[in-house]
Amino acid sequence: MEFGIVELSRLQFAMTAMYHFLFVPLTLGLSIIVAIMETVYVMTNRPIWRQMTKFWGMLFGINFVLGVATGITMEFQFGMNWSYYSHYVGDIFGAPLAIEGLMAFFLEATFVGLFFFGWDKLSKVAHLAVAWLVAIGSNFSALWILIANGWMQNPVGAQFNPQTMRMEMTDFFAVLFNEVAQAKFVHTVSAGYVTAAVFVIGVSAWYLLKHRHVELARRSITVAAAFGLASAFSVVLLGDESGYSATHSQKMKLAAIEAMWETHAAPAPFNLIGFPDQEARETHYAIEIPWAMGLIGTRSLTTEIPGINDLVAQAETRIRSGIIAYDALLHIREMRDSADPAIMAAFEDHSADLGFAFLLKKYVDDPRQATEAQIIAASNDTVPTVWPLFWAFRVMVALGFGFIATMAYFFWRSSFRGMNYPRPALWMAVVMIPAPWIAAEMGWFVAEFGRQPWTVDGVLPTAMSVSALSMTEVALTLAGFILFYTVLFIIEMGLMVKYIRKGPFQDVSETEAWVQRHNDRLAGRKTADAIAQPDIQPAE
Amino acid sequence: MILHDLISYEMLRVIWWGLLGVLLIGFALTDGFDMGVGVLLPFVGKTDVERRVAINTVGPVWEGNQVWFILGGGAIFAAWPPLYAVSFSGFYLAMFVILAAFIVRPVAFEYRSKRDDPRWRTAWDWALFASGAIPALLFGVAVGNVIQGVPFHFTDDLHTIYEGAWYIKFIGLLDPFSILAGVVALAMLVMHGGAWLTLKAEGAVQSRARAIGSVAAVVAVAAYALAGVWMAFGIEGYRIVGDYVTGGPSNPLHFEVEKTATWLTAYADRPWIVLAPAMGMVGGLLTFLGLRAGREISTLLFSKMAILGVISSVGLTMFPFIMPSSSDPQSSLTVWNASSSHLTLFIMLVVTAIFMPLILLYTAWVYKVLWGKVTEADVSENAHSMY
Repeated sequence: MEFGIVELSRLQFAMTAMYHFLFVPLTLGLSIIVAIMETVYVMTNRPIWRQMTKFWGMLFGINFVLGVATGITMEFQFGMNWSYYSHYVGDIFGAPLAIEGLMAFFLEATFVGLFFFGWDKLSKVAHLAVAWLVAIGSNFSALWILIANGWMQNPVGAQFNPQTMRMEMTDFFAVLFNEVAQAKFVHTVSAGYVTAAVFVIGVSAWYLLKHRHVELARRSITVAAAFGLASAFSVVLLGDESGYSATHSQKMKLAAIEAMWETHAAPAPFNLIGFPDQEARETHYAIEIPWAMGLIGTRSLTTEIPGINDLVAQAETRIRSGIIAYDALLHIREMRDSADPAIMAAFEDHSADLGFAFLLKKYVDDPRQATEAQIIAASNDTVPTVWPLFWAFRVMVALGFGFIATMAYFFWRSSFRGMNYPRPALWMAVVMIPAPWIAAEMGWFVAEFGRQPWTVDGVLPTAMSVSALSMTEVALTLAGFILFYTVLFIIEMGLMVKYIRKGPFQDVSETEAWVQRHNDRLAGRKTADAIAQPDIQPAE
Repeated sequence: MILHDLISYEMLRVIWWGLLGVLLIGFALTDGFDMGVGVLLPFVGKTDVERRVAINTVGPVWEGNQVWFILGGGAIFAAWPPLYAVSFSGFYLAMFVILAAFIVRPVAFEYRSKRDDPRWRTAWDWALFASGAIPALLFGVAVGNVIQGVPFHFTDDLHTIYEGAWYIKFIGLLDPFSILAGVVALAMLVMHGGAWLTLKAEGAVQSRARAIGSVAAVVAVAAYALAGVWMAFGIEGYRIVGDYVTGGPSNPLHFEVEKTATWLTAYADRPWIVLAPAMGMVGGLLTFLGLRAGREISTLLFSKMAILGVISSVGLTMFPFIMPSSSDPQSSLTVWNASSSHLTLFIMLVVTAIFMPLILLYTAWVYKVLWGKVTEADVSENAHSMY
C-alpha cells in the first residue's frame, strides 16, 4: 500500500480518536457512579458518602478535562482533514454534532463547574441535582455522537442531490432512530459504565491491599460491583444487538469479523478461533461452533448470512450500476433544470450505487473510462483487511465475558460475604484496571476499520473524503498531536497517581468521627445513632 | 415531511446567518473574558494567591463558556457545511494552533493548582496566557483574511482547492490588514477580561486589571477605527452579479461574483447598519470611561456592547458574503449558496429554538449562584478544592 495523504490523514484521525476515547468511557461511567454516591449521601446524611463523592469526583475531574480538550480536536478535524467528507455529508452528519452541543455538552460543561465549586453555595439537594445533570449531559453527548457515527455505518434518511453534489437529509427521524445508532449508543455507554466500575474496584482494591481508607474502599466496591454487573451484562447483550443490526446494514463488516469467506447454508457456524488468510480467502485451523453465527446474526435457523466472496460479487454489480449513475450525474450537473427526463430517471434508478463508482476514482479520474481489471480491483477493495478485525473482535468479546465474571464475583463477595475479599482477588482487580480500555479501543477499531474502504458505508469512499492538503501540513499536525498528547498523557497519569496515592483529603475529621460512631453502633455499644447526624458530637 | 415549508428556504438562510452571528458573539462575550483574563494573568497577579484569585473568577464557568466555541464549530458544520469544509481546511495550520490552545487551556485551569511546585504553577500560568492571547489574535487575523477574500476555488465536484504552497497558506495569513484585525480582537478581549476582573476581583488584582483594561480599550477603539478607514480606501469588496435565486440549491458555482472597490458601499445600500460600528466605537469608549471610574456592572455591559457592535459590523458589512474567494470570486461562499438543505436548516432551527432559551436560563442561574467577588481569603481557605 502506498502511503499518501489519505493514509496520513487516517492515521491522524485514528490516533486522535482513540486517544480521545481513553477519557470518554471513564467520564461516562464515573459521572453516574459519583452521582449515585452523592444520592446515598443526601438520603442517609452519612459524611463518608460525601467524602466518596468528592474523592471520586476529583479523579473524575482530572479525567474529564482531557476528554473535553481532546474532544475539540474531534469536532474540528472533520473540516480540517476531511473537507470533502464535510461538504458531502455535512447536511446530515453536522446536525447531530450541533445538537450534541446544544442539548448535552452545554448542560454537562455548565454544571461541572458548580459540581466542583458549588458545595458551599448550594443546598444538598440542589448540589445533587447538579451532579445528576452532569451525568445526564455526559451520557446524552454520547447519544448524539453515536447517532452521527451510526449514520456513517448505516446511512439512512438521506439522498444524493446532483445540484449540490452532496447527500441531503430526507428524514430526520430515520437518522435519529437508526437501529445501528441506538444499539451502538447503549453498547458504548454500557462499556463506559463497566470501565468506571473496573476503575473504582481496582483503585479501592489497592487501598484494601494497603489497609488504607478501608471504609471508603469497601463502600465504593459495593456500589461499583452492582453497577458494573448490570452494565457488563448490558455491554455484551447490546454488543450482540449491534451484531444483529450489522447483519442487515453492514454485511461486509460482519463477514470480515467472522472471516467468513463463503456463504454457508443457514444456520452458519461461528469461527471461535482461526487464522484468516486474505490472499487465499480462507481461514486456516478454524475452530467452529455450529449454528452460533446464524443465531447471533439473524436470530433464525433459516436466514443465510452472505460470505465475503458473494459480497464482492455484489459490489461488482453495484460498481457497474454506479457508473451509469455517474454518467447521468455529469449530464444533470451540466444541464441543471433542463436535464433530459430520461437521464434523470436513469439517475434515480442508479443513484444508490453512485458511491460504488467513486471507488474507481482511486484508479481512474473518470469512472466511465474504467477497465474491466479496474472494476474487479475496486470490487476487491470493498473487503477490509480481515485478520486485525477477526482478532480485535475476539479480544473485545473475551474481555467482555471477563468483566461479567469479575463483576459477578465482586458483587457476590460484597453482598453475601460481608465485603471481605481475598488478597489474590484484590490484586486481580488492580491488574485488571487497563482491561476495559483495551476492550473499548478494540471495539472502536472493529467498528471503524471494519467500515473501510468507506467513510460512509456504500456512499463515500475514504480515499475521496480527504482535504486537499500537503503531506507536510498533515505530518506537522500529526507530529504536533503526538507531542502534545504524549505530554498531556504523562501529566494526567502523574496527577491521577498522585491523587490516588494521596487518597481522600476532604472532610476527613468529620468522616472519621462518624465512622467511629458507626462502628461502635454496629458493635452494639451505642444504639441511639440509627441515622447519622454528623453535626451532633457523640456523647462522652 | 412538509412542515419545513412553513419557513421559506431564503428566510431560513437569513435566520441561520443571524444565528451564526449569535454564536460567534456568544462565544466572544463569554469565553472572551476567559481568554482576556488568561492574557492579563501574569500582569494582574504578582503573587500566587493573586493569580489564583484571577483564575478562580473564571474557574467555575470557563468550561461552559468554551462550549460556545464548540457549538460554533458544530453549528457551522450543520448549517453551513461548505463554510466548515473550506475554512477549516483552508486555515489548516492556523486551526491547529487554535486547537492546541483550546486543548492546553482546560488542562491548565484544572491542573495548575494541583501541585505546589512554583515552577509547575508558573509554567501553567504562561500556558493560560498563551492559550488566551494566541487564539484571540488568530480569530481576528482570520476575520481580516475573510474580509479580503481567501485564495481557494472549487472543482466541478465541489472539491476545495487552495492556492499556494503550505507555508504561504500559513504565513500568508499574516498580512498587515489581518494583523490589524488581530490586534482589534486581542485588545477587545483583554478589555473584556479587564472589565470582568473589575467586577469579580478586588484590591490589587482589580486595580491592575482596570489600568491594563483601559489601555486595551483605547487600543481596540483606535485599531478598529483604523481598520474602518483602511477598508474605505484600501480593501476590495465583492458583489454578486447577474440573475440569481436566493432559495436555490447550495452550489457556489451557480453564481457569478465580481470584485468591487470597497465593501463599504453596503452603508449606502443599508444605512441602518451604521448602528453596528457605532455601537462598537461608543461601547469601547464607555468601557474605557467605566474602567477609569471604577464602575463594575455597567463597565462589563459596555464591554459587551462593544464586542456586539464590532462583530456584527463585520457580518452586516459583508452580507450576503460569508467567505469570498480572492483567486476565483465565482467560488465565493454566500448566504444563498453555502447552507445546508431546507429541511436540515429547519430542523436545526427547531432544536435551537427549544434548547437555546434553556441554555441561557441555566447559564444565568449558574452565574447567579456564583455571584459575588472572589477574594484572597476564599482562595486561602479552600486551597485544595479551588483552582
